[in-house]
Amino acid sequence: MKDNPILVVVARFLIPLVMLFGLYVQFHGEYSPGGGFQAGVIFSAGWILFVFVYGLETGLRIIPPGVIYTLASLGVLLYCFIGLLGVILGGRFLDFYPLLESPHAAQQAGIILVEFGVGVTVATVVMLFFLMFARRRGEEIAGGLDPDAEDEPQPDEDDWR
Amino acid sequence: MLLLLLIVVGLGVVLTRDLLKATMLFAIYSLTIAGLFAALDAGDVALTEAAVGAGISTILILAVLALVPRHEKRRGGHNLAALFTVLVTGAALVYASLDLPEFGAADNPVHQHVGPYYIEQTYSDMGIPNLVAAVLAGYRSIDTMGEAVVILTAGIAVYALLSVPPRRRRKKGPPA
Amino acid sequence: MTVLSFFNYWAVIVLMMIGYYCMIVRGNMIKKIIGLGIFQTSAFILFISAGKVIGGSTPILREGVDIHANPLPHVIILTAIVVGVATTAVGLALTVRIREAYGSIDDDAIDAVEEGDGE
Repeated sequence: MKDNPILVVVARFLIPLVMLFGLYVQFHGEYSPGGGFQAGVIFSAGWILFVFVYGLETGLRIIPPGVIYTLASLGVLLYCFIGLLGVILGGRFLDFYPLLESPHAAQQAGIILVEFGVGVTVATVVMLFFLMFARRRGEEIAGGLDPDAEDEPQPDEDDWR
Repeated sequence: MLLLLLIVVGLGVVLTRDLLKATMLFAIYSLTIAGLFAALDAGDVALTEAAVGAGISTILILAVLALVPRHEKRRGGHNLAALFTVLVTGAALVYASLDLPEFGAADNPVHQHVGPYYIEQTYSDMGIPNLVAAVLAGYRSIDTMGEAVVILTAGIAVYALLSVPPRRRRKKGPPA
Repeated sequence: MTVLSFFNYWAVIVLMMIGYYCMIVRGNMIKKIIGLGIFQTSAFILFISAGKVIGGSTPILREGVDIHANPLPHVIILTAIVVGVATTAVGLALTVRIREAYGSIDDDAIDAVEEGDGE
């Protein structure tokens, strides 16, 4: 699809816009509708659009699978770490008040960090879903199965374990 | 009204045999529900439903439709037991809905206990205008942590299911 | 209680029953997953319509708005939507594996293969 000039032009215009909008929704989650989940989904939609136009290999060169797997776990770990930080600094679990002096600033800082963790996890997990499904067709063809076969239950292989 | 449009689209999804049409109708359904949420004064929820339902769910089902036959098998006859079950459940729910409070009244039980506390106290506790984000990440953080863990678990489950190479099912047991 | 209030709830119940019927009658796995999605989103409509206050507005504090909708149902449904997409994704991954193992994603066909194998 990267040979089609209409798609390439529209994609080059839209993908940075979508990712920027995802970041906007993430960090303005306290002032307008938004927050972690919405931002994660919108950001990953930008990457999925890139994969549609330029192919899965190019998409994986930009965000390698190892990075996707690592960031997915790091998002949840960041959330738990902020919670434990509240315990270490003297309060209860996920208590934001001990983080800074002014209570308003402490709550806002805690909420921004926590929503960032959630946003990173959601974005990378949705990218992982798409990656796993998009690779499967190639793997099926390589493994000898036919993805386009008609819907009939095939007899089992005579491959005894 | 939007609800009538939803019922028509829902019937279309059930009755069609072409899975691609069903997926596209499901995307229309999700987007209409996002519009309905916006009409019901739910900004965050409308944004999430539009992004997730009309975006991610549709993309995932389409990605699976590349691996799966496109048309559904025609099943003969009508399943009267299922229809009866559905009608009985629907009648029971309608009977239960006669006790529900009036739509949108300001003195409903749902607006009595914790809701007004959140609406009044959020600005003095946290200084954040978005009440939904304040409740989600401030007052009820543990639920949001559980939700992040759920979506991580779903990612791990999909990875575990789809990281093995494809193979056909093998019969169990040694040969006779 | 006006008829209009009842109509809202009954329309949601009709949608729920449509999703329920789709889940239990259709044998195709993807149809079942779509039916589950219809069922879930109709339940969300019920919750969100419970949180609405007539004359109120979105629960974001700003100039000129005194009455807000109740933020609590919104928070619950936000979590539920994300859990719904997680369930859909895992269900679709299972569908792909079933298709590879059995060659079909129709209930009756898979039952026939299993029974033929049990002999």
